[in-house]
Amino acid sequence: MREVAIVAFAQSDHLRTTDELSEVDMVMPVLHQVLAQTGLKASDIGFTCSGSSDYLAGRAFSFTMTLDGVGAWPPISESHVEMDGAWAMYEAWVKLLTGEVDTALVYSYGKSSPGSVRDVLTRQLDPYYVAPLWPDSVALAALQAQALIDAGETDETALAGIAARSRESASANPHAQVKGSVPQGDYEVRPLRKGDCPPVGDGAVAVILAAGDKARELCERPAWIRGMDHRIEAHSLGVRDLTDSPSVRLAAERAGAFERPVDTAELHAPFTSQEVVLRKALKLGDGVAVNPSGGALAANPLMAAGLLRIGEAAARIHRGESDRALAHATSGPCLQQNLVAVLEGDTR
Amino acid sequence: MPEVLKAPLVVEFPFTRSLGPVQSAFLTGLRERTVLGVKTTDGKVLVPPVEYDPVTADELRDLVEVEPTGTVTTWAWNPGPRRGQPLDTPFAWVLVKLDGADTGLLHALDAPGPDAVTTGMRVRVRWAAERTGAITDIACFEPYEGAAADTGPAAHDGRFDDAVSGIVAEARLDYVYSPGRAQTAYINALADRRTVGERCPSCRKVYVPPRGACPTCGVATTDRVEVGPAGTVTTFCIVNVKAKNLDIELPYVYAHIALDGADLALHGRIAGIPYDQVRMGLRVEPVWTEGGRYPDHYRPTGEPDADYDTYKELV
Repeated sequence: MREVAIVAFAQSDHLRTTDELSEVDMVMPVLHQVLAQTGLKASDIGFTCSGSSDYLAGRAFSFTMTLDGVGAWPPISESHVEMDGAWAMYEAWVKLLTGEVDTALVYSYGKSSPGSVRDVLTRQLDPYYVAPLWPDSVALAALQAQALIDAGETDETALAGIAARSRESASANPHAQVKGSVPQGDYEVRPLRKGDCPPVGDGAVAVILAAGDKARELCERPAWIRGMDHRIEAHSLGVRDLTDSPSVRLAAERAGAFERPVDTAELHAPFTSQEVVLRKALKLGDGVAVNPSGGALAANPLMAAGLLRIGEAAARIHRGESDRALAHATSGPCLQQNLVAVLEGDTR
Repeated sequence: MPEVLKAPLVVEFPFTRSLGPVQSAFLTGLRERTVLGVKTTDGKVLVPPVEYDPVTADELRDLVEVEPTGTVTTWAWNPGPRRGQPLDTPFAWVLVKLDGADTGLLHALDAPGPDAVTTGMRVRVRWAAERTGAITDIACFEPYEGAAADTGPAAHDGRFDDAVSGIVAEARLDYVYSPGRAQTAYINALADRRTVGERCPSCRKVYVPPRGACPTCGVATTDRVEVGPAGTVTTFCIVNVKAKNLDIELPYVYAHIALDGADLALHGRIAGIPYDQVRMGLRVEPVWTEGGRYPDHYRPTGEPDADYDTYKELV
């Protein structure tokens, strides 16, 4: 199989509101940064793929606006997923594996500030039996948290510990939105307190993928994608065991995550309780650095937060801080959909 | 920098959805205070019922009736009900395994406070006074003292008089829309009866309306340029269909107009000339109505038509 690596990664600062910036204003600097890291021009890129959601903007085809920032004339080979950018990267990875192109630019962004994310996310639920009740994203995560507490898998103190550790780690991340010591606060939906929930914010992320020798040429220590897989579970929460995530386990297995231990795991767990589920399903030991970037509890730009995890994991390999990392992205309520990528640096 | 414009934006859509045989039976059943589930090939009872097995993808049609009483399998106390949620006083979200069912139904539980809710507690359906064949026909659950009935689920043919065949799923989302820096400047200038575009620092093209980036070069366009007021019709169409709430006499002409100095045509309505006399190359100028914040339409300037060569790049 063709070797493909992440060779560049950039992200915006993640902010509660960015009124003065249109989507393209937000995305463009990030695109320029990844291109500058590799020395590539937009016209050198073989394939461009993006992830975003019209529901955040409240406008149809909102992603077409950001194409201006890519430089889409003369015509380019381009695609878009109405998903987190991690799934856009999956598409780009497959495109590279076919041998059709040698480089790909993947970006995603979320501008959540114009609307109410808790309400917006209800629109992805089953429209017959669930969406008419308007259960918001925090409520559904809270049902999962209570199931974990009842099963003896965690308690509120342990959840607060996950929140504290994540925001403490984020202190070293200049782009993070919430960092340092943050009070757990009141219950949003019990048993989840404000501190157990991700911040709502705006942000963008971009990576460049390259194959084989092209990757070695563009990056001193490429983050080779050893495997990537994504899986989904039944949409109805009532048929799922909320304390487990068979889909993430299967995705990890198919991505090769269990072949050898990883030293780093960037997990897309917007809620503290979801980290409990993921750690167990992914069999992560205490020696693994989990979310050294601060994770989604420190910055959760919707549609970008999953690709951010992959980018952060790759950047650790680029910097020589990791040799084998697992990156995870999720979508849907209570970890419904999960993507796992396994990244490695060349042996030193 | 002047403040960016902001305005409320409400997105509403009443999605009309048709129901399959199982969903129709379930939702009609709720209207008749009857809760139906569906049996899977391995004998589990799914409530709410689905038409295909979530594990095996087998087609499921074997309906059964379950009890309107059940047990909470997990819950979450919601101190601040939001618009559209089942209760407007603090309540618990619950997954309830109804007696006779093997899976949980998501709904609201009316309880005095979080201390009154536990996993494993017994609850029963509180029916809505007016029922239409929707999940909201269950108003909510309420605490219930009785033990689970020991009779299993009873077979049900799923037939009711006047079965519902569809639902209208109302959705409303509220936003505060901001067009960003570039379009704010454009819109504010229009209110002053000026048209401003932005020039790409790399290829020097002037974009109107500006969106902040050059689609060719992929760089920010920050150099503001006034264009027009007059321009040239590069292409047009004749509209014969009346748009909702639009008070314009049919037919009318909608055109692409390259304002003088712009490298991108914008669009606008042409008036002040019979519709069948509009042509490519026609010279036009904007017309503002009293107090209007943007041109109402464009009208002929009376100049000779522009040569095709002067605008062919913009067609």
